[in-house]
Amino acid sequence: MSEIREVIVKTDRLATDKYQVNMGPQHPSTHGVLRLLVTLEGEKVLNVQPHTGYIHSGIEKMCEAITYPQIIHLTDRMDYLSAHMSNEAVALCVENALQIEVPDRVKYIRTIMDELTRLASHQLWWCVYGMDLGALTTFFYGLRDRELILDIFEETCGARMTVSYNTPGGLMFDIHPNFQKRVKDYIKYFKTKLPEYDKLLTGNVIMRERTEGIGYLTLEDAIDFGVTGPSGRASGFSSDVRKHQPYSAYPLVKFNEILDHRCDSLARYEVRILEMWESISIIEQLIDNIPEGDYALKMKGVLKLPEGEFYQRVETARGEFGVFIVSDGKKNPYRIKFRSPGFSNLFALNNMAKGHKIADLVAIMSTLDLIIPDIDR
Amino acid sequence: MTNDELKTVLTERFPAAEIKQGFQYVEMIVKAEDLHETAVQLKQTDEFYFDYLICLTGIDYPENMGITYHLESVKHRHVMVLKVRTSDRVNPAIDTVSDVWITAKYHEREVYDLLGVHFNNHTDLRRLFLEDGWGFPLRKDYVDEVRIVER
Repeated sequence: MSEIREVIVKTDRLATDKYQVNMGPQHPSTHGVLRLLVTLEGEKVLNVQPHTGYIHSGIEKMCEAITYPQIIHLTDRMDYLSAHMSNEAVALCVENALQIEVPDRVKYIRTIMDELTRLASHQLWWCVYGMDLGALTTFFYGLRDRELILDIFEETCGARMTVSYNTPGGLMFDIHPNFQKRVKDYIKYFKTKLPEYDKLLTGNVIMRERTEGIGYLTLEDAIDFGVTGPSGRASGFSSDVRKHQPYSAYPLVKFNEILDHRCDSLARYEVRILEMWESISIIEQLIDNIPEGDYALKMKGVLKLPEGEFYQRVETARGEFGVFIVSDGKKNPYRIKFRSPGFSNLFALNNMAKGHKIADLVAIMSTLDLIIPDIDR
Repeated sequence: MTNDELKTVLTERFPAAEIKQGFQYVEMIVKAEDLHETAVQLKQTDEFYFDYLICLTGIDYPENMGITYHLESVKHRHVMVLKVRTSDRVNPAIDTVSDVWITAKYHEREVYDLLGVHFNNHTDLRRLFLEDGWGFPLRKDYVDEVRIVER
């Protein structure tokens, strides 16, 4: 035995050398074109350097040349799974700057759509997370349920993902006559399906072994790196904009901000599962009470914002999304900045993955729920 | 603290800075040379405790570059805006705050990439999205050769 060991020590030069591996830009687990430059020692991860920009599309620059209602359509293309929330952020920012108040009907519909989008986004995250851990079945379960939400979107706004349903001053169209019934049917259906998610993956031994105590992110680091959304809340960072600076119909509904103090991958997983229950509860509180009224205010053909700086925060499925408009009084912004949640979340990855095995890197990255166009913009 | 209280306390604490109520938040404009010291104090003083840097934006103004920091305190739940201008527009430089808030390291790289603002004492100032040798697209005098923005 000792002889064999000696031979290994003598010949095994690879195990003691550090080496660098490119993960991506075409790696399936990065869910888009992200390149990670990983420094390894054997299987142990020493350092992760994200290299971004493969789908940088210059959205902020493009926005400087177009009008505010047009900008809404570009925000869909950043975080395509939270398209409705990003739309809403721009719409709210413009409405605040013009100091107009949208009808209650708009607020209710926006909030219901927000939560449906959050459900769809978390469902996709859940099914893809299972797949990243090697459990292919989850993919079919998640997409089965998400497809039905997209059908509701399609009926109401004509698009499945890039909805562009908001305009400054309201919504593009009124909801479809079937909307309320279909949403209620869906919620009834999904309440029976969500426990299946737990049965299938949450209690699974392999899944728990791979997430418990893995990818630790302390509260101080989460705040310092600006990790928001479910990923931040799993470290105990109370960052829910819906609670702290409520917008639309969120002041009217009762819901809990899901916080977890375990800081690991499992906590990030469970926060998202519990958030789905909260979304269901919010939709249930609103869906029967949508007030009658206009679905949009009459707005001028050309919108000009007063001179000044305006900031609007919303909570997307990935965390805090911010729109910062610097206006010089013209019909297009002087400068517009999108604070995307994925951008800040991504750079905490090195902190979380250091010291773990390379297979865990995939599992940790997946719990951050990264959307690459959201990072690159 | 409410905006008014915050404004009063900030005025007492930073007499050299210009403090006003903005559209939503309290805004504080500091000189470029005071930036780092102000940032450290805003984060470490107990009554402010701005530990969460929400957003860092670079803006190209006609005479100089502006950097705007949106800050929040997780403990006290107040938000403020810190603003600073560089002295030069063509070769702008400003102190980094990445040693105060880690997330600024990456936001500053983005500003460097898109606007060409140099951050002094930044440990890893490389381009983030674009190739080396590309211009600075968010500058107003950027020539858009492939006409991606203006048709």
